[in-house]
Amino acid sequence: MSSALDMPRVTRRQFLILGAGAAGSLVVGLPAFAYEDEGDRMLGWFIQINPDGSVIVGNKDPEIGQGLRTAVPMLVAEELDVDWQNIRFEQMELGLLQTPDGLRWKYGGSQGVGGSTGLTKNWDLMRQAGADARRQLIRAAAARLGVDESECDTRPGAVVCESRNAVIPYGELVVDAAALPAPEDAAPLRSIADHRIIGTHRDTMDARDIVTGKARYGIDTVQPDMRYAVIARAPVLNARVRSFDDTAARAVDGVVDVIRVDGPEVGEPYLILASGVAVIATSTWAAMKGRDALEIEWDESPNASDSSERFWRENDEMLGADGQIVLDDGDFDSAMSSAATTVTHRYRVPFVSHAPLEVQNCYAYVTENDCHVIAPTQQPGGAARAASTVTGLPMESIRVEMTRVGGGFGRRLSNDYAAEACMISRDTGWPIQLVWSREDDMRNDFYRPGGTHEMHAGLDADGRVTAWAQRLASGSKYYRRPNMPDENLYSAELYVDDFPRRCLDNVRMEYFHNAIGLPRGSWRAPAHTANAFVIQSFIDEIAHETGQDPLQLRLDMYGEPRELEYSGHGGPTFNPGRLARLIQFVAEQIGYGKDLPEGSGIGIATHFTFGGYGAHAMEVSVADGKLQIERIVAAIDCGLAVHPNGVHAQLQGGTIDGLSTALGLEITVKDGQVQQGNFDDYPLATIAAFPTRFETHILPWDDVPTGVGEITIPSAAPALTNAIFAATGKRIRELPIGDQLAG
Amino acid sequence: MISFTINSEDVAYEGDASTPLLWVIRDHLDLKGTKFGCGIGQCGACTIHIDGVAQRSCVLPVAAIEGRAITTIEGLAPSHDELHPVQQAWLEHDVPQCGYCQAGQIMATVDLLNRIPDPTDADIDANHTNVCRCGTYVRIRKAIHRAAELTSGEES
Repeated sequence: MSSALDMPRVTRRQFLILGAGAAGSLVVGLPAFAYEDEGDRMLGWFIQINPDGSVIVGNKDPEIGQGLRTAVPMLVAEELDVDWQNIRFEQMELGLLQTPDGLRWKYGGSQGVGGSTGLTKNWDLMRQAGADARRQLIRAAAARLGVDESECDTRPGAVVCESRNAVIPYGELVVDAAALPAPEDAAPLRSIADHRIIGTHRDTMDARDIVTGKARYGIDTVQPDMRYAVIARAPVLNARVRSFDDTAARAVDGVVDVIRVDGPEVGEPYLILASGVAVIATSTWAAMKGRDALEIEWDESPNASDSSERFWRENDEMLGADGQIVLDDGDFDSAMSSAATTVTHRYRVPFVSHAPLEVQNCYAYVTENDCHVIAPTQQPGGAARAASTVTGLPMESIRVEMTRVGGGFGRRLSNDYAAEACMISRDTGWPIQLVWSREDDMRNDFYRPGGTHEMHAGLDADGRVTAWAQRLASGSKYYRRPNMPDENLYSAELYVDDFPRRCLDNVRMEYFHNAIGLPRGSWRAPAHTANAFVIQSFIDEIAHETGQDPLQLRLDMYGEPRELEYSGHGGPTFNPGRLARLIQFVAEQIGYGKDLPEGSGIGIATHFTFGGYGAHAMEVSVADGKLQIERIVAAIDCGLAVHPNGVHAQLQGGTIDGLSTALGLEITVKDGQVQQGNFDDYPLATIAAFPTRFETHILPWDDVPTGVGEITIPSAAPALTNAIFAATGKRIRELPIGDQLAG
Repeated sequence: MISFTINSEDVAYEGDASTPLLWVIRDHLDLKGTKFGCGIGQCGACTIHIDGVAQRSCVLPVAAIEGRAITTIEGLAPSHDELHPVQQAWLEHDVPQCGYCQAGQIMATVDLLNRIPDPTDADIDANHTNVCRCGTYVRIRKAIHRAAELTSGEES
């Protein structure tokens, strides 16, 4: 299944075509087939302009709360030149078509959201669609008026021709425009100075549906003859069903079937996480009661003795030996041996769960020749692949509808729940809605990997950092991926081009893999959350231990703005000067360096993630072991902010996600069992944890937007722990903070 | 048979009396605005009103609501074209991200304002315990204060 990092990109320009839609509308999109012998090219549409002047924007990517349903129509409205109140959106289904060249995306590019690419991959595509449609409407008007198209312009929703004193609403031009030949070249795009929608505030497109309870999520799906299914899942990692007695379960009123669900062999790639027993019933509650009545014997699992305690101990043991050197710039050993001062510390970052508030669920109906899936997913193509694998049906026979998604955070890049739903429908014949309980969700996640980081720095007599090493023992996210060689496991956890590479001469990274049985996957900003915590904590420690100012040391290390090569996701370049600008800004905003009362302190941190730059400054107080976050200043440099209000929302939410996780969240294992199961022992922070003094800032850079959703989180946790150190002298080297400040 | 009203309509429920009210609302009455989040009354996504008081419906057997009046998010607004002041405040501050928890947040806020018409930040911290996984708390706080303004404006 696709990760955040291997999202396909549109690599070549595909020319837009136009067609006539229902009720005399103009439809603009891409030809799904670009072959000469294809008479019907099956328009994959983006925009429909109706005779009444209303415009529907087809949103091909999932909405997980990141705001694409608002930001993507803004791109179209800008270039098409229509008033915002006349724009609506429609959620597209998965569009995959079989062509002579194999499967192709019907809508001009991948459908899926991960790696903070949702807006950036639509940026050119949807602006161009709007611009080309606008030019076609101008051409239709010019033809009608008998003037050259250069004599026509637009104002919102209409073509205007001053020489003829004519104003023709778009709606009156759609039939003519649909009959014109397709454009041969791309219409020019507006300059930033001319933007009147991009960069402005727009309310969330379907906010009214949300606040009135009308918005539909995956779990709200209802289809004819649908039954509800739940799965009894192994309590121990990778345990398999040996046998089960379903007599009592079948006696529960409403239960219609009970079946075994086969899981993967231990160590095999995941289609689903583990084997289990599914109960199918006429209601969710009946299925859950039926599940409670099952008697299941589980096989002994090879992971039955896995524990967090052993994981951390093994990490420490591994770090005592030599690992896989994955980066070795300059001469680290010489630089360390000639250093005037050296600093070394170990940090622990725990496993954590995604815990989206909408539990995993999926509707599936498998028949002989078709499969219909309705899923809250970040990767509908992955859902189709899972369904195809389960059913043996070709990809083009799988219909995948996307609902609004009750939180992504990377959990729904995996489509295990879609595979499960298809298995149950395949084996029972029912159209079924699979629903997980919260405990299912928390104990059967693809967790953010835990790891132990050992950091080394060498400094010269002037206090300049001359050598740097990060040695990491962790459970790689790429564990159990298909076709993944062991020597590449590191690449999900250590991003070799990250700072401080190319800012220092002697940089080493070393990796050790711990094959604990916990499944792992992409958790918002994947390894950046761990690495930002470690790097930004360590720089603080270097500064304090060598008598330097933490802000000045960072500014010295980042240097002036310049583009450095960056081959990882978010490249091709990284500009450390943008980090310097941001951290200086948040430091000034919060009053870094000012006198504070005893027990109070300010901490700062910054990080580059997936093309964008984020920074945090926090003021905290600690009294009697109780931590109070007094003030938060968060800033982002996302290039050009398309929808500033949405960027502020992500900055608020990402900051809170980072802090909530750092404060109290950890998944632990004992005797092969995940010890947390619900929000009572995995306590997501509530409103009381966050201060009223909470400011967010957008610092514009250039004219290209970067992603936003994941850029906002990595620097939050280290800003907090650096502030705790400033307030108390207590250095937090293990997350979560938990009760480490007590006593 | 268990009789109650939901959004002013009469309901006669004849199924399993141990079923949590949440699943009766969602599966039997087909009102999907009330959400399942945790099943242990912890997160608040399932918050509804019983006789005007907020309750978490995922841990409340339907047997317990004989003769009571239930309000869900679908029945909160005074009419199809109007919004409740709390819903209005939520729109003004553009609170939702994924939106999944927001029906519960709104129902909890209506109850909070019934008890404390003009809550301080400390009142909000002490009383508003619904979980938002997207972290919309900054805007929830502002929207609660705005809803208090809108509500007092109505009353004056």
